[in-house]
Amino acid sequence: MKSFTYQRVTTPVEAAAAIAAKPGAKFLAGGTNLLDLMKLQIETPTHLIDIGRIGLDKIEPTANGGVRIGALVTNTDLAADPLIRKDYGILSRALVAGASGQLRNKATTAGNLLQRTRCPYFYDTNQPCNKRVPGSGCAAIAGFSRQLAVIGSSDACIATYPGDMAVAMTALDATVETINPAGKTRQVPISQLYRLPGKTPHLETTLEKNELITSVVLPAPAGGTHIYHKVRDRASYAFALVSVAAILFKDGTGRIAVGGIAPKPWRVPGAESLLPSGAKPFSAKLMEGARPTKESEFKVNLVERTIALVLKEGKS
Amino acid sequence: MKNEKNPPLDRIDGRMKVTGGAKYFADFAIPNMTYCVIVGSEIARGTVTNIDIKKAQGAPGVLGVFTHQNMPPIPGWDAPPSKQADGPPPKPDTEEKYRILSSPKILFDGQPIAMVVADTYERATYAASLVKATYSKQAARTDLDKHKKDEITPKGGDYARGNAKAFESAPVQLESEYTIPIEVHNPMELHGIVVHWTGADQLMIYAKTQGVNSTQQAMAQAFKLDPKNIHVHTEFMGGGFGMGLRTWPQETATVAIAKKVGRPVKLVMHRSQMFTTVGHRPYTAQSIQMGADKNGKLISIHHAATAETAKYEDFTEATVNMTKFMYDCPNVSTRYRLVRLDRSVPIWMRGPGEATGAFALESAMDEMAHKLNMDPIEFRIKNYTETDPEHNRPYSSKHLKEAYERGAEAIGWKERKNEPGVSKEDNWLAGYGMSTGVFNAFRWEASARVVLNADGSLVVQSAVTDIGPGTGTALTMIAHNVLDIPFDRIKVEYGDTSLPKAPSQGGSAIVSAVGSAVFDTCTKIKNELFELTTKAGAPLAGSKAADLSMENGNIFLSNSPSKKVAVTELLKTNNLPSIAQTADSKGSAEQEKYSMYSFSVHFVKVKVNALTGAVRVTKAVSVADSGRIISPKTAASQMIGGVTGGIGMALTEEAIIDHRFGRFVNNNLADYHVAVHADVPAIETIFIDKPDPIINPMGAKGMGEIALIGFSAAVANAVFNATGKRIRQLPITPDKVMQQVS
Ligand SMILES: Cc1cc2nc3c(=O)[nH]c(=O)nc-3n(C[C@H](O)[C@H](O)[C@H](O)COP(=O)(O)OP(=O)(O)OC[C@H]3O[C@@H](n4cnc5c(N)ncnc54)[C@H](O)[C@@H]3O)c2cc1C
Ligand code: SF4
Repeated sequence: MKSFTYQRVTTPVEAAAAIAAKPGAKFLAGGTNLLDLMKLQIETPTHLIDIGRIGLDKIEPTANGGVRIGALVTNTDLAADPLIRKDYGILSRALVAGASGQLRNKATTAGNLLQRTRCPYFYDTNQPCNKRVPGSGCAAIAGFSRQLAVIGSSDACIATYPGDMAVAMTALDATVETINPAGKTRQVPISQLYRLPGKTPHLETTLEKNELITSVVLPAPAGGTHIYHKVRDRASYAFALVSVAAILFKDGTGRIAVGGIAPKPWRVPGAESLLPSGAKPFSAKLMEGARPTKESEFKVNLVERTIALVLKEGKS
Repeated sequence: MKNEKNPPLDRIDGRMKVTGGAKYFADFAIPNMTYCVIVGSEIARGTVTNIDIKKAQGAPGVLGVFTHQNMPPIPGWDAPPSKQADGPPPKPDTEEKYRILSSPKILFDGQPIAMVVADTYERATYAASLVKATYSKQAARTDLDKHKKDEITPKGGDYARGNAKAFESAPVQLESEYTIPIEVHNPMELHGIVVHWTGADQLMIYAKTQGVNSTQQAMAQAFKLDPKNIHVHTEFMGGGFGMGLRTWPQETATVAIAKKVGRPVKLVMHRSQMFTTVGHRPYTAQSIQMGADKNGKLISIHHAATAETAKYEDFTEATVNMTKFMYDCPNVSTRYRLVRLDRSVPIWMRGPGEATGAFALESAMDEMAHKLNMDPIEFRIKNYTETDPEHNRPYSSKHLKEAYERGAEAIGWKERKNEPGVSKEDNWLAGYGMSTGVFNAFRWEASARVVLNADGSLVVQSAVTDIGPGTGTALTMIAHNVLDIPFDRIKVEYGDTSLPKAPSQGGSAIVSAVGSAVFDTCTKIKNELFELTTKAGAPLAGSKAADLSMENGNIFLSNSPSKKVAVTELLKTNNLPSIAQTADSKGSAEQEKYSMYSFSVHFVKVKVNALTGAVRVTKAVSVADSGRIISPKTAASQMIGGVTGGIGMALTEEAIIDHRFGRFVNNNLADYHVAVHADVPAIETIFIDKPDPIINPMGAKGMGEIALIGFSAAVANAVFNATGKRIRQLPITPDKVMQQVS
């Protein structure tokens, strides 16, 4: 770890102002991702702004029947919230399918959204990685790529967005709210939060430099049956090979987002009209343009099978 | 010794462990401590052409940066390894020599190229990141499958009995290939050492070792010191699983560095370094040819294994040995080869080679049973042997048939359909599997000291380290069984070279070895007490020792219990503050006439998701035929731990190398998947609990290894029973299953 200075702030406005004042600064929320990356010198902030006490730790109903989740609400609290469990079951299920109890106690909503990839070569600072060192190359494409992206990736990077919570939020049509150092707030639909890598895999989101996430807003409950199915290498405490977040309605329609296969939670709204015809046609459309490696090829098939499983489960 | 079942005694150190009272090596704080961090090579083969340590030397708090250019000498490196220094000795015929920080040559990924010492761990870690090396790189050979043709034949050679061509005419034939990946022990506790030179030639060491005597010996040799001047302490260990069975070069280097720095040094390695510098279970490719007649009688087995080892050291293990004696089969041959790769040297990992071999043999037995349309247990019983066909001698004890029966009953084997792929539960396929495990039961030399105090309390002493199985608890039970002193008056002291010598904790041999020494020592004390009781003028003068018994701190006439004397009274009247005895204990020549093995049978029930390929073990039953069970509670914990390790081996554990670079890609606990709670169902443990009449006075055989050996095959066999598909490459991950099951 490199030396850094540390500062605690007490309001969102103060946080946004503080980060603008220090080039090289980063927000520290639960620290479960950032500190790991700092220990390996993959992230090397010179200054940390601890936002743990700026409030934003509430889950509140919104005027139009939805819910606003503060950026600092922990994963544990969010998963256990009665309102979330009742009306947004998919989110609660996705959360408890992620990480471990200890990590979820520390992990925050905003930190979880912004967690970085688990590509093994991103973690090995001795290897070329366009995401870590732009222009250095990508060690993963011809390497160990079994758990990496099969769609949405590029010749520069095949890393996945590894998280679970955002997959559910994508199916729920969530919106991310932010504030910038000038005090300006804005709303970003979650489908537009993550960028595809293209030639610039180091740019992962559409957030501006120094923009603070203040909350995530969920629209009024969609109803339906909520299923989150995560396929992974052990029964718990492992990142997804494939995860499916589904909201299914009685008439056979629904919304589906898939995790573990792309640089962002993968949802193709245009494909969802095919859901009533079954997993095969829907998956074919969803996975159009897939470009797996030999090692990750199985995932394309696994997506279809997991969706088939989820549709079956939705019917029973 | 009482000859009935032992009561369930709580782990004597349990409370200490859960309240933080147990001190592990890194917990020892010494004033003026410094901290050492290793910089590992970033290449797997080549030469360090330049190493820049200036920045690191100038970093805050740094006290020394050691590389091959300035490493203080280790005078005894090339002394021949002594008997006590456990671990495979460097073979003179290997192509290379590995001597830490002595040459710019890189023999494996992660090889230490610098060791940095600073006044805090954080500063040492940061300074380590400033060490910059440039290399002249060579292509690394790390892929065993690619280099099989370079195999060598290690000592011991091949084995054969009967007719080598019997297979060719066998009516039913099976030929299968199996692989197991590199597995890493990954105990929770990180490896390392705390070194304190308390005088010019006086050393205090807190180690993470499975044998304090072994570490003492290794350091004495390396630094040409009298072992008496080296004090090694390891009372507790946060898991060893075999990786602590030798003194690793970086530990020796830390001793040299501590001398140079002139302050105590603590080395605690990084998790990623646990993959490269403290051994692993080697990648092993195996093949089995099995022939049988139509009635299920085995005609022949050929078992071949090829394992990786390092360029600089040949590591061998007993991978194919089980095949030689497990079943009644006239024609058996085995073949064992090594390939020297640009890799660090492996070491034993729980259930060492046998666990690897059992995966192949016991999978093959299941495959053959299926070909014969026989129940897998019936097939094993059909080929059961009451005598050891390898050595042509009886087993000291074998109750395997009973183990099959009791395990089958407990798992509900009769629910199993012999036809695979037909049982469904909910949306899952369901299946049952079983397998056999076996491991040598040893009787090694050990010594113990026992002190009976005037207040009636007892102290039992041995240098043995408790790596977790509950050694202290077992020794308490053994002492209690001889002297019948209440459990809470018995104290066991262990894990320190100031105590009587003991072998390293390994090979499931400690209850047998150290337990026998404690038994013998306590018996000596008992005899002395009986003498005091019966001598002229004593309370029971004139009685014969043979007529006496002990219970609850009293000695009495067995047929007239009211005639008794308290042990405390006896010592008092004889003016004895205590009675102390020491005894060395070893096996007898009689034992040469027997084959001594512990046996296990594992049963599992699995469910397999036919769509996603996910496998869940939903029930596990493990039966141990390991003689008399000394400490039922800790023995059950041992079995549960073994099964948990077995589930990891079967389903999740694999250290993956990117062979382009010869480096691991999952060298952390997030990506190297040990089994977690959700992977582990309720485990039922069953003990046959019949004393072995030959091995030692307690009748106890070992059980640490058999808890794991064979388990992975039981899972693979159950997956086959559930799906009709055979996975021969561990671990059985969802992608492998999914691609086979449609
Ligand atoms: C072993 C392990 C296993 C895991 N398994 C899973 C899993 O299975 N599924 C899963 O989904 N996740 C998993 N995780 C990831 C875990 O969920 C994340 O580490 C966690 O959610 C991050 O939250 P945090 O609050 O600790 O973020 P931090 O580490 O504090 O921050 C992460 C990033 O977000 C930025 N940030 C934080 N808050 C804000 C804000 N309000 N505005 C702008 N930027 C901000 C930080 O600057 C930093 O760059 C795992 C993690 C580990 C270590
Ligand atoms: S896939 Fe992306 S993150 Fe991984 S090595 Fe390539 S560029 Fe880096």
